[in-house]
Amino acid sequence: MDDIYIILVASLFSISCGLLGSFLILRRMAMVGDAISHAVLPGIVIAFLISGSRDSFEMIIGAALLGLITSFLIEFFHKKANLQTDAAIGVTFTWLFALGIILISVFAGQVDLDQECVLYGEIAYVPLDLWITDAGLNMGPKALYVSAFILAAVIIFLSFGYRYLHITTFDSAFAASIGISIGLWHYLLMGMVSMTTVAAFDSVGAILVVALFVVPAATSYLLTRKLKSMLLMTVLLSFLNSFLGYYLASTINGSISGAIASTSGVFFLLAFLFSPIDGIWIKAIKRNFDKSKNTSKTKFNKIFKE
Amino acid sequence: MKVEILNPAVEFHDTTVSYDRKPVLWNIDMTLPQGSLIGIIGPNGAGKSTLIKAAMGLLPLASGYVKIFDGDLDEHRKRVSYVPQRESVDWDFPTSAIDIVLMGRYAHIGLLGRISKKDRSLAMDCLEQVGMQAFAKRQISQLSGGQQQRVFLARALAQQADLYFMDEPFAGVDASTESAILNILRNLTQEGKTVIVVHHDLQSAAEFFDWIVLLNMRLIASAPIENVFTQNLLQETYGGKLTLLSEISELIKKRNIPSRENY
Repeated sequence: MDDIYIILVASLFSISCGLLGSFLILRRMAMVGDAISHAVLPGIVIAFLISGSRDSFEMIIGAALLGLITSFLIEFFHKKANLQTDAAIGVTFTWLFALGIILISVFAGQVDLDQECVLYGEIAYVPLDLWITDAGLNMGPKALYVSAFILAAVIIFLSFGYRYLHITTFDSAFAASIGISIGLWHYLLMGMVSMTTVAAFDSVGAILVVALFVVPAATSYLLTRKLKSMLLMTVLLSFLNSFLGYYLASTINGSISGAIASTSGVFFLLAFLFSPIDGIWIKAIKRNFDKSKNTSKTKFNKIFKE
Repeated sequence: MKVEILNPAVEFHDTTVSYDRKPVLWNIDMTLPQGSLIGIIGPNGAGKSTLIKAAMGLLPLASGYVKIFDGDLDEHRKRVSYVPQRESVDWDFPTSAIDIVLMGRYAHIGLLGRISKKDRSLAMDCLEQVGMQAFAKRQISQLSGGQQQRVFLARALAQQADLYFMDEPFAGVDASTESAILNILRNLTQEGKTVIVVHHDLQSAAEFFDWIVLLNMRLIASAPIENVFTQNLLQETYGGKLTLLSEISELIKKRNIPSRENY
């Protein structure tokens, strides 16, 4: 049963991350996801100090706010100070993350958080943190409910916002010209990214959550040229990664989140080599084919002329 | 040289636009007529694209205002279409030609509305008008530059607007696409619609447009073409750079464009 819980929680989180990550990479903002996943730390600590618990609604709100502040600061430094985007990202998230580290170390006694847990997470503990009702009924792991709630929120957001996200991502000037607020959709997406990050970081940590955002989405980007099938493929890959990653980890008795991220890396490599669209293997075949076609053509011409 | 008209499609009133406090357009003040094919001409960095972006509210104005059909842009948004430069978007984006054209319907559908059969058949009609119906399902990364520009034009047609702003629609397209686009723009103006085009090539400008705006950070001329293509005004716009200038004014003379009194 524990296996199923872990795989389920991992899949639900990776699917949420992958769906949002698809839009991040199309917006060339993959590293903004990275930045947010680190910068929410002070938000988590402050919310924890206020609410006193680690899986509270306040925590998600606190982190989502920090995520929005992060993406706002990145834009601000980029636009107002003419700093390159990557430099703006580098400055913003390290600074906020450092602030979070200081807060954790200063309030170490009061905060049930440590750097290790923040950075790496531990999905193996998911089945231990149970939701037991006042009547003493065991409802299963809390993380299961959180991850299901987040996925539902992401799906609702995407089904309402799909068209507008599509248009603001592809052609923001045109979107603005028909009266769609670019900023609103940017910050809505960033808010969803922050919320998802913060819900998932407990299980997979701040570093590997980036892999969930970027790698399955990047893999399906190599495999298809349709946004809808890219999203569907990302969902499938996210599930496969979690499933295979978990069994890899239990076979070698290693870190589960590490194994999930590694599995997704293997899938990316396979797509890179064998994708029917962009794979280097298919390109090589096409090149050879063209070459042979050309040579046979010249042969044909020669014979014909003679 | 400036000709003012009554009941304009677009009116710029003392418009100044700056990037980082450095003005790139100074005190643009002009009225542009309805039902005309209007070319905005000027050298690189003259602020041509900036001018139409400012008109579309995509850039903040440092001073002045722009009126669309004698009102605010927001009142008339559904009547206005904007075609950005082809290079401004990522053509590797995973989407198909017909999906791009359907974007032209978004303003009419709204956030929660559904794309109806009518919208789809209209989008197909627009693709047909630009000669791209066979490419409807094609992924946009597989289209040539000219085909991409046609798709952008089809999206603009799908908006069924009365006023079109187009940023360099003729840039880097093949000859057949150029004449196809020109035909469509002429048809639009014949239906009484206004088409405002940023254009960089003087020679073809002489053939394409019936109203010319000469721009080089400030307004140099805005008038029917026969009043504008003079040695002096072109010299003023381009500086001494153009040896072509005299050739072009010869060309204009040869074509013997009739003067228009109806403006």
